[in-house]
Amino acid sequence: MAEKILLNSSDIERALVRIAHEILEHNKGAKSIAFVGIKTRGVPLAQRLAKIIRTMEQVDIPVGSLDITLYRDDVTSLGFKHVVQQTYLPFDISNKQVILVDDVFYTGRSIRAALDALMDLGRPQTIQLAVLIDRGHRELPIRADFVGKNIPTAHNEEIKVFLSEVDAVDKVAVRRLDGENSEPK
Amino acid sequence: MERIVSLNEPKLSTAGQESLPPLSIGQWQHRNVLDLDDFSPEEITLVFEIANGMVEVLGRDVKKVPTLRGKTIAIMFYEPSTRTRASFELAAKYLGADTVSLDAARSSVVKGESLIDSLRTLQALEVDTIIIRHPCSGAPYIAVRHLQTRIINAGDGCHAHPSQGLLDLYTIKRQLGDLKGRKVVIIGDILHSRVARSNIWGMRSTGLHVVLCAPRTFIPQGMPEMLDKCGLDHVTIEHNLDHALEGADVVMPLRLQKERQQSGFISSIREYIRLYQVNAERLKKAAPHAIVMHPGPMNEGIEISHDVAYSGSSLIEQQVTNGVAIRMALLYLVAGVKNQ
Repeated sequence: MAEKILLNSSDIERALVRIAHEILEHNKGAKSIAFVGIKTRGVPLAQRLAKIIRTMEQVDIPVGSLDITLYRDDVTSLGFKHVVQQTYLPFDISNKQVILVDDVFYTGRSIRAALDALMDLGRPQTIQLAVLIDRGHRELPIRADFVGKNIPTAHNEEIKVFLSEVDAVDKVAVRRLDGENSEPK
Repeated sequence: MERIVSLNEPKLSTAGQESLPPLSIGQWQHRNVLDLDDFSPEEITLVFEIANGMVEVLGRDVKKVPTLRGKTIAIMFYEPSTRTRASFELAAKYLGADTVSLDAARSSVVKGESLIDSLRTLQALEVDTIIIRHPCSGAPYIAVRHLQTRIINAGDGCHAHPSQGLLDLYTIKRQLGDLKGRKVVIIGDILHSRVARSNIWGMRSTGLHVVLCAPRTFIPQGMPEMLDKCGLDHVTIEHNLDHALEGADVVMPLRLQKERQQSGFISSIREYIRLYQVNAERLKKAAPHAIVMHPGPMNEGIEISHDVAYSGSSLIEQQVTNGVAIRMALLYLVAGVKNQ
């Protein structure tokens, strides 16, 4: 099945620059902000946002990475397929404006897991959510505060974000999954 | 102005690492963990990968995750134990499972209930996983034939202790990194040691060279032939400790099981100390960076001298911490296998 490119490298960059502006506007500056990227691709996105804000405001924003595997709700029900990775938060999230960063916002279940994980690690002042792609189909009452691009999709389509830090290329692609496997990832 | 420091995660700076294809966790098929003889090198790597994540959880202020919430894990011990039992129980609790811990000496076993009946009762109580330790070699294998519940062997007789084998290898790997060509010396009562047996299986195809060092009476009869037959060509036997320690990277004395010494395996404990105790003087023959491990409980002053047990090269306490992480990883992996 052929894939269609939805965003290229400069589209991704522009979306992130806009999100960075919105974050600063919403939080009235960069004070006490911290980024937490959800593994795997939320982490480089968080690092890019921090870099953009550094050039704009000359402030270093701490960036952490969060592995949510242990907080997922499908560990024992489906015959899971997730390797546990390490969470790495080199700062205290308590009393910070924590901005969770993920690549694709879909059912909301990963975000639910990420919220639980963050709560175990401290007591942030607020938690906000920034995503590169919102593809709809929420199964939980969770919304994003900052969205790079809304892309309406069908369940049998897969949105894949490629980032140069991880995948050697920057792009967002959609492809249709044929036949049997339309189960959400 | 608030000074905020941005630290890059060490692992992520090498971006290539993350892009490696994920381990094929879907291929993990062990509903039961009985020994390491049926573990592939990939499966062992997977356990270690997950244990790394568990080590991070153990370092948190709130060391509890909800992964196994609503699952019940029974710990059924027919033999005394401190660390293995506490380790499994805490591993289950840190993952959010409920545990029920049964001591055979204070259960219906004293009224004559058989092993299978006791385990069946636990199964009927809707327990999800049973962790069992039993003085008879093979007991968990019999249990598996009669039960649908997942079984983890926490030590059966002189046969196997898979979680200990994994935690020993994990500890060695974290300390030494590349294992190729490294030398591990396991010293003492090989005959009665399930730890040694599981270590031998676990260390195959890691590049480690294992030397079993003991008086002849402590080496099972026909051991060389058995090693040969099983293709365990990474193992050699040596009776002289000073020779065995030559250039060793890992030194692992086993507990002298005093309760088993009535039958004349050694002429005297004093002689055993003279010939086989790991002490500072002997350790000089090992590599300068050599690490000392012990599966516990230690007889200080018998198989290991006090100064060595608490020296900088001793990893005995790290073994205990790593043991919890390894058991968390095993409980996590076993829970993820579909019900039959």
